[in-house]
Amino acid sequence: MSFSLATRWCDAPLMRRVLQFKGYRRKIQSCNNMTYTLFRHRWMKRLPVFSSGLKMASTQTDTIDLSKFPVDRIRNFCIIAHIDHGKSTLADRLLEMTGAIVKTQKNKQVLDKLQVERERGITVKAQTASLIYSHQGQQYLLNLIDTPGHVDFSYEVSRSISACQGVLLIVDANQGIQAQTVANFYLAFEAQLAIIPVINKIDLKNADPERVASQIEKVFDIPCNECIRISAKLGTNVEAVLQAVVDRIPPPVASIDDPFKALVFDSNFDHYRGVVANIAVFGGRVRKGDRIVSAYLGKSYEVNELGILRPDEHPTQKLFAGQVGYMVTGMKDVKEAQIGDTLYLKEQPVETLPGFKPAKAMVFAGMFPTDQSDYPGLRSAIERLTLNDSSVTVQRDSSMALGAGWRLGFLGLLHMEVFNQRLEQEYNASVIVTAPTVPYKAVLSSPRLIKEHGSKEITIVNPAQFPDRSVVSEYLEPMVLGTILSPDSYTGKIMSLCLNRRGIQKNMVYIDDKRVMMKYLFPLNEIVVDFYDLLKSLSSGYASFDYENAGYQAADLIKMNILLNGQPVEELITIVHRGRAYSAGKAMCERLQDSIPRQMFEIAVQASIGSKVIARETIKAYRKNVLAKCYGGDITRKMKLLKKQAEGKKKMRLIGNVEVPKDAFINVLKRKDK
Amino acid sequence: MIQHTLRASRRAVSAALRRFSETSGGEITEEDGLERTGSPAEQASLYVHVSWHLKGGTKKWPYCLRRCSYCNFNKYISREDNDHIMTECIQRETETLLRLSQVSCITSVFFGGGTPSLAHPSTIAAVLQTVSRWARLSDKAEVTLEVNPTPVGKSKLEDYCRAGVNRFSIGVQSLQDEDLKILGRDHSSHQALQTVEEARRLCPGRVSVDVMFGRPKQSVESWENELSELLRVCDDHVSLYQLTLERGTRLFKQVLGGEVTVPAEDVTAEMYRCARRTLQQRGFLQYEVSNFARHKAASHHNTSYWKGRQYIGVGPGAHGRFVPLGEGGVHREARTQTLEPDVWIREVRQRGHGTRRRIQLGHLELLEEVLVMGLRMTDGINHEHWEMFSPHLGLREVFGTSREVQELLQSGQLILDDRGLRCSWDGLVLLDSMLPALLVELERQIGPSLQRDHHTDGSPH
Repeated sequence: MSFSLATRWCDAPLMRRVLQFKGYRRKIQSCNNMTYTLFRHRWMKRLPVFSSGLKMASTQTDTIDLSKFPVDRIRNFCIIAHIDHGKSTLADRLLEMTGAIVKTQKNKQVLDKLQVERERGITVKAQTASLIYSHQGQQYLLNLIDTPGHVDFSYEVSRSISACQGVLLIVDANQGIQAQTVANFYLAFEAQLAIIPVINKIDLKNADPERVASQIEKVFDIPCNECIRISAKLGTNVEAVLQAVVDRIPPPVASIDDPFKALVFDSNFDHYRGVVANIAVFGGRVRKGDRIVSAYLGKSYEVNELGILRPDEHPTQKLFAGQVGYMVTGMKDVKEAQIGDTLYLKEQPVETLPGFKPAKAMVFAGMFPTDQSDYPGLRSAIERLTLNDSSVTVQRDSSMALGAGWRLGFLGLLHMEVFNQRLEQEYNASVIVTAPTVPYKAVLSSPRLIKEHGSKEITIVNPAQFPDRSVVSEYLEPMVLGTILSPDSYTGKIMSLCLNRRGIQKNMVYIDDKRVMMKYLFPLNEIVVDFYDLLKSLSSGYASFDYENAGYQAADLIKMNILLNGQPVEELITIVHRGRAYSAGKAMCERLQDSIPRQMFEIAVQASIGSKVIARETIKAYRKNVLAKCYGGDITRKMKLLKKQAEGKKKMRLIGNVEVPKDAFINVLKRKDK
Repeated sequence: MIQHTLRASRRAVSAALRRFSETSGGEITEEDGLERTGSPAEQASLYVHVSWHLKGGTKKWPYCLRRCSYCNFNKYISREDNDHIMTECIQRETETLLRLSQVSCITSVFFGGGTPSLAHPSTIAAVLQTVSRWARLSDKAEVTLEVNPTPVGKSKLEDYCRAGVNRFSIGVQSLQDEDLKILGRDHSSHQALQTVEEARRLCPGRVSVDVMFGRPKQSVESWENELSELLRVCDDHVSLYQLTLERGTRLFKQVLGGEVTVPAEDVTAEMYRCARRTLQQRGFLQYEVSNFARHKAASHHNTSYWKGRQYIGVGPGAHGRFVPLGEGGVHREARTQTLEPDVWIREVRQRGHGTRRRIQLGHLELLEEVLVMGLRMTDGINHEHWEMFSPHLGLREVFGTSREVQELLQSGQLILDDRGLRCSWDGLVLLDSMLPALLVELERQIGPSLQRDHHTDGSPH
């Protein structure tokens, strides 16, 4: 109720009055528990009426008449920020202030629905919320499209951005610009969106909004005075954000007089209704019962349900140009709702929208059930998860050591971690995840092979398929452009880490007198495993890192074998850069040495390139292995131990004469625990 | 017969009560104490766990006089008035289990446990008397008592001999006083030497000393010197054990906490190698992983464990392996007595025995034990011995075809010949690395058998 008041008069004194009013009401509520409960219950129930019906006197039902919102009263925007800079908190406040959700203490990251999102404080899956906001006597429909903050999810970001005309770029008043802030800025900048810088957390003791404003001016060339200083947590000045959305972000370019045309920018799967597509209407209108056509498939569907998201689904009769909402059309397979597809009315074909390039997997990892009997369960879990995340590529894989499993491709490291976490949390699946690898390419020189593969350039995902040097004119590896922001006291350490990872410095600027921004070109392979953890630890957590893909470059790649007493171990073949072969080989030998039990003979653990051994560790033979004391009372215990060893022996893999427990492969292949 | 009687008369308390009338013709073979007459099912060795007799114990819960820092054995204290209760219960359980097993002949008796030398000699006599009442116990049968070399123990040795003990096993452990302190022993090396001397006087040629290597701060050189010193004073039998850190002991915690360091694996392996060589040079033949004897002084009692013979375990926490013929059983059982002395006493008083756990050993399980225990002996398992347990499948048939066993044979660590299956000199050190392969092969040949687990009722818990 207070929100409606607040939104009608937006000047500061009134705002204060409203706050006082709110305080007063709270008092009443807390005086009498009974009243409180009753009152709140009624209030909640009537909330939609307050926020829409009351102001739109024409309807007394819950249905929002979207025809009241012509294109010039619509703003589509998203919020972008570095992790933990307060994106979701601001979203919560905006939702509360416009009456989309009830204001309670419990509103924390309302749009982050997944457990992993709440735990990690990140957004993985884009969400949409339509807000109704009154400004200078006018009703506006503000569509907030909550995007994932990390560039790993830039696929999701760019999908969301394509439905937006402006962004709120949030920067923490204490931490200042971070790597993701930069990456996100450029995404928005390249999409030519209006950018509203918002400096958040000004209530913090160490907040320095002036410094952050000058960083923003320096790095993004946005004048200091355009920054809105707020505290999303306390709600301070958040109203100004809403005003800025209306004032500074242009309305979508769409005409209600054009034929219906909509972009599918996201989709979800619902077991009861089938595919729920999120759409942005670029022209005309659509209503329940219309027959629409998917440009991608050419198939027609009937619109069974449509509406806006506030953020929960709120069915309406129609959707109009410039609006964003959801649509249920009876699509049964998520593949039918192609992201980037254009929808139009049957008999009224339109020119299709540009759509999206499919996301390309850049980080690959094997996933195997811990217990092979869990294979079917894990398969269905992966299927269900990829249903809502089409950017994950899935290939069947099998390993002699780990059994049957999959090789999955992810957009980036965080994407992979989030996927694993979702598998474990949402599907309770226990998986072994192998160390991530990147897709290499080889330019073939042999005409016969070119003919065989149908192209000169092939992508190698599985090291076992690495073509021999003799048939290849060059190997290519994927590169990324990394952005590192850090206090300048860590510059030296960071530079040597980057150098160590074959990074080439492209640029280095001071964004203020203490913080430095560095850009490096890295081979992706060098940052996929532990780069980020090392960076964090050597900078006491102050450095931030983000990257974007930067194509392929020629690289001196070689295939490295691991040998046990001279016998190659197929599952441990690795592709490495020649310059990193020694350290990679040594690390693998050491991990194997630690995980293969001593045997009756000495075991040489070697890493080799071709016939040349580049690293070696030795597992010494047992010199003595016999229980000293064994009399009548010791037999039971001794037998138990021996039987266990005998059982374990059956599960060992024999390489040459060396018995290797399955755990040894897991220890070498899996990602290191942090 | 007269001879028997004469010898028996030395056992002041029990001799007259033994059923000598039945021993006529029964003669102990010098090699291993197995009486030639009678089938193995009618014979067994007897292990008696006796260690309760401590002075000044005020707590009801049992403790040793001192708890050795490396020992996780079941120990307890009880007051003087509990002494006769324990004696009565040991006797009662001995009787029950002898009748249950229906063995007609006890081939050896071993009084062991924590600090059994503190048991009163009359208890030993009473137990032997009970044995003689229910089974044949030859006067030649080996009756060993485990002794701690304390002055108290030493003064009683003669009484023990009179009670029927004819062999002493003395836990010398170390000749370094400082080490004895670390190990938490309550004797000095001087006392140990005196005890050995006294024991040798009483039972010449039938005294064994236990010594421990791999002790904290020990070096190969100091170990060699210590062993040489020990060999100058010891009798004809030496058992050497590597100190093993048992979870839950004080020493384990100290090592874990870094207060105490023990020699590395390579060092202890070298200690063992040196000791074997030295002992051999001094005429001590190794007959088992940890046991060495000269003048044919090998322990009959322990040999019967390694040969897979029946044994009856009496006393709290004791283990046994026998066929309960008395209740119509046909399979050997692995039996464990209740560990807690007070509970054990209650159970024995209620139903004559304190057997807590019975596991029936199937054909495969029995063969597994025969294999694992048999290969600990330098003589290994001979074909006749194996045939007694596996009449249809010989050693060659079981192990002859396995690739892995072939490799062990070729590398010279294992020997399979006309005598039987055994470890070579070098192979014995690595026995535990070979056993899993042999067990896998044995199971493959014999096939798994169902294991049944019986827990006796009547347990108060």
